[in-house]
Amino acid sequence: MTDFLLSHWNYFIVVLLMMIGLFIVISSMNLVKKLIGLSLFQTSVFLFYISLGKINDGTAPIIMKSGHDGHSSHDILYSNPLPHVLILTAIVVGVATTALGLALVLRIKASFNSIEEDDILQAKRELRKRSKSS
Amino acid sequence: MIEWMLHLPGIIVVIPLVMAIIVALLPSRLGWLGAVIGSGLSFWAAIILALHMLEANAMTRISYFLGGWPPPWGIEFAVDHATALVILTITALGFLSTMSGNALIFKDIHDDDKGRFFAAWLLTLGGLLGLVMTADAFNLFVFFEISSLASVTLVAMGSGRDKRALVAAFNYLVIGAIGATFYVIGVGFCYAMTGTLNMVDMASRLPDVANPIPVYIGLAFMVSGVMVKAAIFPVHIWLPPSYGFAPMAVTSLLAAIATKASLYVLIRILMTIFGGIADIPLLIMQWVLMPLALMAILLGTILAIYEKDAKFMLAHSSVAQIGYIVLGFGVATLAGVQSGFIHIANHAMIKGGMFIGLGGLAMAVAGKTDFSNLAGLGRRMPLTSSGFLICGLSLIGVPLTAGFISKFYLVSAIISAGYWQIAAIVLLSSALSVIYLWRLVETLWFSPVTDVETRLPEQPMIYIPLWLLAGANIWLGIDAGLITGLAKMASITLFGGIS
Repeated sequence: MTDFLLSHWNYFIVVLLMMIGLFIVISSMNLVKKLIGLSLFQTSVFLFYISLGKINDGTAPIIMKSGHDGHSSHDILYSNPLPHVLILTAIVVGVATTALGLALVLRIKASFNSIEEDDILQAKRELRKRSKSS
Repeated sequence: MIEWMLHLPGIIVVIPLVMAIIVALLPSRLGWLGAVIGSGLSFWAAIILALHMLEANAMTRISYFLGGWPPPWGIEFAVDHATALVILTITALGFLSTMSGNALIFKDIHDDDKGRFFAAWLLTLGGLLGLVMTADAFNLFVFFEISSLASVTLVAMGSGRDKRALVAAFNYLVIGAIGATFYVIGVGFCYAMTGTLNMVDMASRLPDVANPIPVYIGLAFMVSGVMVKAAIFPVHIWLPPSYGFAPMAVTSLLAAIATKASLYVLIRILMTIFGGIADIPLLIMQWVLMPLALMAILLGTILAIYEKDAKFMLAHSSVAQIGYIVLGFGVATLAGVQSGFIHIANHAMIKGGMFIGLGGLAMAVAGKTDFSNLAGLGRRMPLTSSGFLICGLSLIGVPLTAGFISKFYLVSAIISAGYWQIAAIVLLSSALSVIYLWRLVETLWFSPVTDVETRLPEQPMIYIPLWLLAGANIWLGIDAGLITGLAKMASITLFGGIS
């Protein structure tokens, strides 16, 4: 059991981060905190992919000229580079999501004068009442 | 096939994406023109592709390697009958709602912003087309995010009229991002077990995986992620506020095409990627998707009945209509999946037409869509309102309209699979949908108005696309061969993966 925990500790961190992130998104009333939670949630997935790409004793996937230290490039164990490339894309997507979210929060702050969900809900309720009475 | 036609799958997706950049750089007054050209060219390419697929047999699969890299290493765009049908639907509705787009914008968007607005519009269209076209599981996530980030921007444009649009857009962004991330987690599990991202390659390797548990977990993550994007009950909550507060032009685009692409992805995951291990996807379709679809149908219809705003009413009705599509898929027979695809195409025509028509009517009353504002408009704007009514009748499923064909195929698929009770629920909810449509008809035609009954000016750029859609609804209700034929081939193709 301890061996299992120790050999898979990175996945446990992934799950922990994922749960923390998702919990912040759901429970937090502050819109900026929600976005922080979302970023954390996405980052945990990045870590998950990076963990997948690591091969025990594998080195950086750069093909070296064979023969200069005695063994050919076929003997060297490489880590899988593909998950890294995928995550590079996912990071860009994550940045775009956060940027768009923050831009929206700015506009919400300008028009509702608050970024707390309670206040916004209150303002929305008043708007609905006003549109009903008019 | 001629040489250049081999590039069609790429061309269809690339045109809107490239035009988006061009439109963003051009002066704002040319924005709409660029969007019409972009979506029109894409539509024209999709017609050529669909005509080719109509003649081909069910197992035809056009494969296009991006950058000339063959799969499983490179990203592949693939077209079979299912793809062709959904691509044709999306480009057709994309083109028609772009045509009416400039007129429907009205005063929601400042003239100087129109260039950027239509750039985001084309990005949404291109993202959704890529979503349908791609045969690479990770590439699909990227297209998911291109389309959803662009459509969040479009929804937020409604803030000029109502500041609640910003909150709706924010929630759409957060919920959508969580859905997409769930999908990526699922892909990660499947990638870990198979070592490939190409859908067909993954499908061929999945049955040989020694320990299937991570694969099942991956499937669960992927399906629940896509369900969020497709707005299937109970994760549909982002949809009504987003459609309701978005500018009218945006609603007509999103309601027609946005969820359709995700629904296609859902069936693609269940039947193509996991086609090799058929028992688990079948379990999901019959015991998860079908009950949720029934809940969506009933809840969406009932909420639509109680809604006081026509735009929100149609948004709730969209939730119910998505339920019909998912119900068809959930039956998981050849006829069931066929009826799902038929309704994807028909519902796009119906809702696209209804939102364009509603926008045309609402323009006369400063863009307000409350029932009290719409009173008596039917008599004063006959061209717009009659086209709107035809689409509405099609929504209920009156014979001689496309909606009837959808309902007919759905109910007969359900009955032949032996679910009498579910068929009864579908018929009941159809009857209930008469109630909310009748409320609209009553408001538009039979309620008294205080001021004089003059005819109001009607915009040709609104009633021409609207009547094209209304005509398509009638034509495809009488001669349904085009849609049902393609849908049948699509269903056979998908089951070819399963057996």
